[in-house]
Amino acid sequence: MTPTQTAVPQLSSTPQDPDGTPVISVRRLWKVFGPKAEQVPESEELCGLTRRELMDRTGCTAAVRDVNFDVRKGEVFVVMGLSGSGKSTLVRCLTRLIEPTAGELVFEGEDIREADGKRLRDLRRSKFSMVFQHFGLLPHRRVVDNVAFGLEIRGMGKAERIKRALEVVELVGLSGYENSYPDQLSGGMQQRVGLARALAGDPDVLFFDEPFSALDPLIRRDMQNEVIRLHREVGKTMVFITHDLSEALKLGDRILIMRDGKMVQCGTGDELVGAPADDYVREFVKDVPRGDVLTLRWIMRPAEPDDPLDGPELGPDVVVKEATRAVLAADKPVKVVENGELLGIVGDEEILAVVAGQEGDM
Amino acid sequence: MARQARQWRVGAAGLAVLGLTLTACGGAKVGDSSSEADGSGSSGKCGTFNVAVNPWVGYEANAAVIAYVAENDLGCKVTKKDLKEEIAWQGFGTGEVDAVVENWGHDDLKKKYITDQKTAVDAGPTGNEGLIGWYVPPWLAKAHPDITDWNNLNKYASKFKTSESGGKGQLLDGDPSFVTNDEALVKNLKLDYKVVYAGSETALIQTFRKAEKNKEWVIGYFYEPQWFMSEVPLEKVKLPEYKEGCDADAEKVDCDYPVYKLDKIVSAKFAKSGSPAYDLVKNFNWTNDDQNVVAKYIAVDKMTPEAAAKKWVDANRDKVDAWLK
Amino acid sequence: MAAVIEKTDKPDAVGELEKVPEPLPGAGVRRVGRGTVVAAILVVWLVLFFVLKGKQTLTLAAADLTDLHRWFNDLNDSIGANRNSNPLFIYFFNEIRLVIDTLVTFIQELISQSSVGRPVPQIGWLGVVGIVGYLSWAVGNWRVALLAVAGFTFFGLQGLWQESMDTLALTVSAVFVALLFAIPLGVWAGLSDRFNRIITPFLDFMQTMPTFVYLAPLTLFFLIGPASATIATLIYAAPPAIRITAHAIRSVPETTVEAADSLGATRRQALMKVLLPMSKRTVVMGVNQTIMAALAMVTIAALIDAPGLGKTVMQALESLDVGTAFNAGLAIVVLAIVLDRVTTAASAREEAARRSKNRFLAWRRPLLGVGAAVTAVLVYLSHTYLWAAEFPSEGDTGSAISSTTDTVTTWVQDNLSGITNAFRDAITYGLLNPFQTLLTDSPWWLVGAALIALGVVLGGWRAGVTTAVCVGLLVGTGVWSDSMTTLASTLVATVLVMLLGIVFGVWMGRSALVDRLLRPSLDAAQVMPPFVYLVPFLALFGATRFTAIVAAIVYAAPVAMKIIADGVRNVPATTVEAATSAGCNTWQIITKVQLPMARGALTLATNQGLIYVLSMVVVGGLVGAGALGYDVVAGFSQGQLFGKGLAAGFAIVLLGVMFDRITQAAARRTSA
Repeated sequence: MTPTQTAVPQLSSTPQDPDGTPVISVRRLWKVFGPKAEQVPESEELCGLTRRELMDRTGCTAAVRDVNFDVRKGEVFVVMGLSGSGKSTLVRCLTRLIEPTAGELVFEGEDIREADGKRLRDLRRSKFSMVFQHFGLLPHRRVVDNVAFGLEIRGMGKAERIKRALEVVELVGLSGYENSYPDQLSGGMQQRVGLARALAGDPDVLFFDEPFSALDPLIRRDMQNEVIRLHREVGKTMVFITHDLSEALKLGDRILIMRDGKMVQCGTGDELVGAPADDYVREFVKDVPRGDVLTLRWIMRPAEPDDPLDGPELGPDVVVKEATRAVLAADKPVKVVENGELLGIVGDEEILAVVAGQEGDM
Repeated sequence: MARQARQWRVGAAGLAVLGLTLTACGGAKVGDSSSEADGSGSSGKCGTFNVAVNPWVGYEANAAVIAYVAENDLGCKVTKKDLKEEIAWQGFGTGEVDAVVENWGHDDLKKKYITDQKTAVDAGPTGNEGLIGWYVPPWLAKAHPDITDWNNLNKYASKFKTSESGGKGQLLDGDPSFVTNDEALVKNLKLDYKVVYAGSETALIQTFRKAEKNKEWVIGYFYEPQWFMSEVPLEKVKLPEYKEGCDADAEKVDCDYPVYKLDKIVSAKFAKSGSPAYDLVKNFNWTNDDQNVVAKYIAVDKMTPEAAAKKWVDANRDKVDAWLK
Repeated sequence: MAAVIEKTDKPDAVGELEKVPEPLPGAGVRRVGRGTVVAAILVVWLVLFFVLKGKQTLTLAAADLTDLHRWFNDLNDSIGANRNSNPLFIYFFNEIRLVIDTLVTFIQELISQSSVGRPVPQIGWLGVVGIVGYLSWAVGNWRVALLAVAGFTFFGLQGLWQESMDTLALTVSAVFVALLFAIPLGVWAGLSDRFNRIITPFLDFMQTMPTFVYLAPLTLFFLIGPASATIATLIYAAPPAIRITAHAIRSVPETTVEAADSLGATRRQALMKVLLPMSKRTVVMGVNQTIMAALAMVTIAALIDAPGLGKTVMQALESLDVGTAFNAGLAIVVLAIVLDRVTTAASAREEAARRSKNRFLAWRRPLLGVGAAVTAVLVYLSHTYLWAAEFPSEGDTGSAISSTTDTVTTWVQDNLSGITNAFRDAITYGLLNPFQTLLTDSPWWLVGAALIALGVVLGGWRAGVTTAVCVGLLVGTGVWSDSMTTLASTLVATVLVMLLGIVFGVWMGRSALVDRLLRPSLDAAQVMPPFVYLVPFLALFGATRFTAIVAAIVYAAPVAMKIIADGVRNVPATTVEAATSAGCNTWQIITKVQLPMARGALTLATNQGLIYVLSMVVVGGLVGAGALGYDVVAGFSQGQLFGKGLAAGFAIVLLGVMFDRITQAAARRTSA
C-alpha cells in the first residue's frame, strides 16, 4: 500500500499546491530503530516487508516508513493514528528531536537534515516550538519563568523576557497564575503553560504532540477551542498529532492518517469521510456524524433533465449540517453552484440520507 | 521596602545591645593565660618528637612515660600518632614517625626497614620480656594442675570442645597482629585440638574473663606483659622447651615460642638528629612490673595516659633520672 | 570498623518499589518450574557431596601463601621502597596529599585544634553551635535547627567536644572532596549509559572491598595523617553519591528534557537549567548517604591516626572499656542523626516553602539576616572569650552514660548467657555447621558448578556467566576454602536478617507509630561502631562464628527492615481495602496481599541484606568468624600476610558481585 494508491480523490492534498512553497516539505521520510537501521530504507526488499517481518528478519522496528507530505503556511496539519502508528516519532523527526534514518526534510526551502548542531538549535529557538503530551514543565520554576524558558535559552535579558512571557501568559488565559508553580495547577492549566512556552518565542511553526490526551474531556474541549482561537488570532502554521479523530476533524485543515508507520491517506476531513482510501480509514470514520463533516460537494447528484433548477443556490463547500435547514425548507432541490457553474443539485432525499446516517457507503 | 529597612534597624539595634551585654560580662579572654600555653610550648633544642602509639595498653604505658618525660624534662613537643605496627614502620621512611617504643620481634619488618630500606635502626631493649604461649584461666590450673603441661592436653581435649572446633578441643588463637605457629604446633605435637581464630585481643580477653568467672574450659594463645594479667592472672602452659632454631621452619615447629626481648626502633633520621629525645628513647628501660603498674593505671583505673605516667614518674624519679643521666 | 555498603540506597529503593507491577498470571506456573529445578540442583549436589566429600577442597592453612599472595607482597614492598624516587609520588600523590591536608588542617584549626598563637581553635563551641543552628535553620527548618543545637551541645556535655569537632572536620572534608568528584561523575553516569556501565564495577569494588585491605597501602601513597584518613573515607563514601546522582539524572522525565531540546537548549543549558535543578532533591539524598558512609569509617580511620571520636572508641576498647567506647559511639550516632535530619530537611525545604504560601517569605530574608548577625556575634564571642571557646562542662553526662552502660552490660552478661548459649548452639549445630560442611568439604568444582547452575536458573544466562567468572576468580585468589566458610556464615546471617526484616518491616509498614519509634534505633545500629556492642556480645556468645553473625545482623537488619517497611507501605490502599472488604483478617492481609505485593521490596531487601552482611565480614573476623575476615585483618596487621589479605579482600568483592548480580537478575525476572 503506497500513498499514491490511497490518493483517490485528492482534491487538495499534496504536491501541486497553488499558493507558493510549502512551509514544511517531507519526502520519503524513514525512521528505523535497531541495529544497522540505515540499511532498511535502502533495500527494496526490506522496504516491502511488514513491520513484523522486518522485526523478525533484522531486529529493526520501522516507526516511520516512506512518509511524504507538505504543510502549507498558516494551516493546521493534523497527523492522526492509533498508538504505535509512528505519529509521535514522525513529529519528532520533523524537528530532529529524533534523527530520521532517511529522506528529505525541507523547511522554508532549507534542508533541515543538513543543518549542523548550531543551525538546528537556532531553528528550534526561533522557528519551531513544540507542545508535549506530558507538558514537560520545570517544577522548580514559576509559571512565568517556565514560559520565559525558551527566551532565556536564546539569551534574552531578564526584564525583556519576563515582559514577553507575561504577555503570552495573558494570551493563553493564565493571568493571575504567573507566580504559581506548575504542580499547583490543574492539568489543563499546565498545558496552557506549555502552550504559552511554545508561543513565547513567536515561532513560525508549532508542533503539538497529543497535547490534550492526558486531559479530562471537558477540559480537552476547552483547550481545543483555545487552539482554534489562537490559530485565528496568531495565524501560526501548526502540526498537530492526535489519536482522536474528532479532534483531528475539529482542528485540522488537512489530516494525515498513519498506520504502522505508513501514511494511509492524506486529505481534508470531508475527503476522509467522503472517500476513505481503504477499509482501515472507513472503519475509523464510521462513527463520525457525517453531516458535520461532509460538504454538499460530497452528496450532490448531477442535475437530471427533469429536475427543477429554480431552487436556492449554495456553495459546494457548505457543510451538510448547515445546509440541512435550507434544503428542507426549500420545496425544490438546492443548486450547488461554484463560480457560477452548476455542479449538481441536493434534494431532501440526499440530505436526509446523510443526517439519518443511512447513507452507508457511497 | 521601608518596612523591611525598619526591621533591619530594629534587628541591628537588638544585636548591638545583646553583643554589648555579653561583652560586658565576658570574662577571661583567650590569650590572657598565655603563660600556661607557653609552658610546654617552648621547645628548647628538642623540637618535635613523633612517637607512634600501637594499639595495646602495654605499649601505651611505654609511650606515655616516655612522652611525659620528654615533654617535662626535655621540653620536647611530643606528637603521639595512633598507628598499627606496620604503618608505624612505614612512617620511619616518610619521616612521620620517630620512634616505636615497644616492638615484639617482627623480624620481617626489621629485615624490610632496617636491613633493606635502611630507614630504621634498633634503639635497644625496653627491658621488658615478652612471653607468648598457651594460657588457661587460673581456676582451671588450680582445679587440674597437670593441665599446665602440654603432655596432658590430649587427656582434656574433649572438655575444650565448642561449637566451633568440629569435635576436637578448641585452641583459641588469633590476635591478628601476632605471628602464630599454633597450627603447626598442634599438628607436630599430635594434639587433638583445632585452632580457632578469635580474631582480636578483645575477643581473647573477653573469652578468658568469662571463662574465669563461669569456670569454663578455655585454652588459648596469649602473651605478657599484658594489663589483663593483673585482672585475671592466666597460667601459662608448658610447651616443649624453645631451642635456638627449632622454629626455623614454620611447618615443623614443635617447640615453645622464644622469649622476646622487647625493643625500641627509631627512624634513621631521628637517630642522627642529635635530639635529646633520641637519647631518652635509647636509654629507656624498665621491668615488666613497672609496665604492668602503668598499664593497670590506664586500663583498670581508667586514668588518662598522661596522669598514669605522671603518677609513676613521681614515684620512680630515680629510674627516670638514670634515663636522662 | 563498619564497612557500610550503600549499594542501592533509600531513594533508589523506593524507586524500585514503585516499579513493581502486578505478578503476571503465568508467573506462578513458571516459579514452580524454577523451584523444581533448584531443588534438583541441590539434590544432585548433596548426592555428589556424599560421594566426593573432602576431595579437592582447596584448603589453605592460616600461614600458607600462594604465588599470587607473594606477588602482591612484592608489589607492596617495591612501592614502599620506591616512593621517594618515583615521579608519580613526587608530583602526583604528594600534591594531592598536600591539598587535602591543607583543607583538613584548615577546618581543624577553625573548630577543633589549637591554631597558630592560640591555645584554642579559632571558633569555640558557642560559635560552632551558633553556626550549626543557623545553617540548619537556613537550609532546613527550625525544628532540625533545634535538633542540631541540642545534638552539638550534647557533645560538650559528654566531654567529647574536641573529639566530635575533629570527627566533624574530617567528615566535612571527606564529604566535600567526595562530592567534588562524585557529583560530576554521577551526572556523567546519568547522561551516558556507556560511562555508567564502565563505572559500576568500580563503584561495586570501592564499596565491597574491605577498607582494611587498602588502609596500609594508602599510607604509603598519602602518608600518615588527615589526607590518608580522608581518602580512605572518601573511597568508601563517594559511591553512594555517584549512584544516586546518576539515578536522579536518569529519573528526570524525558519530556522535560525533550521540551528543553525543542526550545533549542544547548547540552550545557539542558544540564544547568533542567537536569541539575530537577534532580537536586535526590542528589541531596546522595549527599546524605555519603555523610552516613563517611561516619561509618570514623573508627577504621582511627587506625591510621585519624583524629576524633574513632580514636576514643579504639583506645577505650584496648582495655575493654565499653562504657567510654559507648559514650563516644553515641556521639557518632548523634552526629549522624543530626547530619541526616538536616540534609533530609534541606532536600525537602524548597518544596515545603513553596507549599506554605508565602506567609513567612516576606519575613524570611530579614530573619535570615538577623540570624547571620547573631551567629557572627556568637562566633566573635567564642573567638575572644574563654568561656565561649572551651566547653564549660567537665563531661559529667558522659561519665554518667559510661557508668550506666557498664552496669547494663555487666547485668546482661551475667544474666542472659544461659539463654543466649542455647540459641547460639541451636543455630550453629542446626544450620551453620551442616551448611558450612557442605560448602567447604565438597570439591571446589562441584560447588562452583552448583553456584553457576543456581545463577542460571534464578538469574538467567547473563547472571550465570557472571557467576562463572566470579567462581573462576575465587579459585584464583587462593582462598577458596575460606571463601566458602565465609559464604556459609553470610547466607545464614542473611536468612536471619530477612526473618527479622519481614517481621519488623511489616510491623513498621503497617503502623506509622512503630516506624517512628523504631527508626532512630535502626539509624543508631547502622552508625554505632560495631565493636562497642560486640564486646558484650563476645561475653554472651564467645568468640564464635555466631557472634560474627549477630554483628552482621545488627548492621544489616535495619536496612532490610526499612526497605520492607517502604514496600509494605507502598501497597496501594485500595488493594488492602478490597481485601478487607472481602473479609480477610489481618494475617491474611499480610500474607496474601501485602507481602506478595511487596515482593520487589523483598528481593531488594535480600540483595541489600546480603551485601551489608558481606560488608561485616571483616568485623566478623575480629570476633571469631575466622576465614576471609580474619585473613583480611591479619593481612592488615602482618606484613607477610598482606598479599593474602588483599586476595581475601578480592574474594569478598567477588562474593558480593556474584550475589548482587544474581539477586538483581532474579528480581528483574520476578517483577518483569
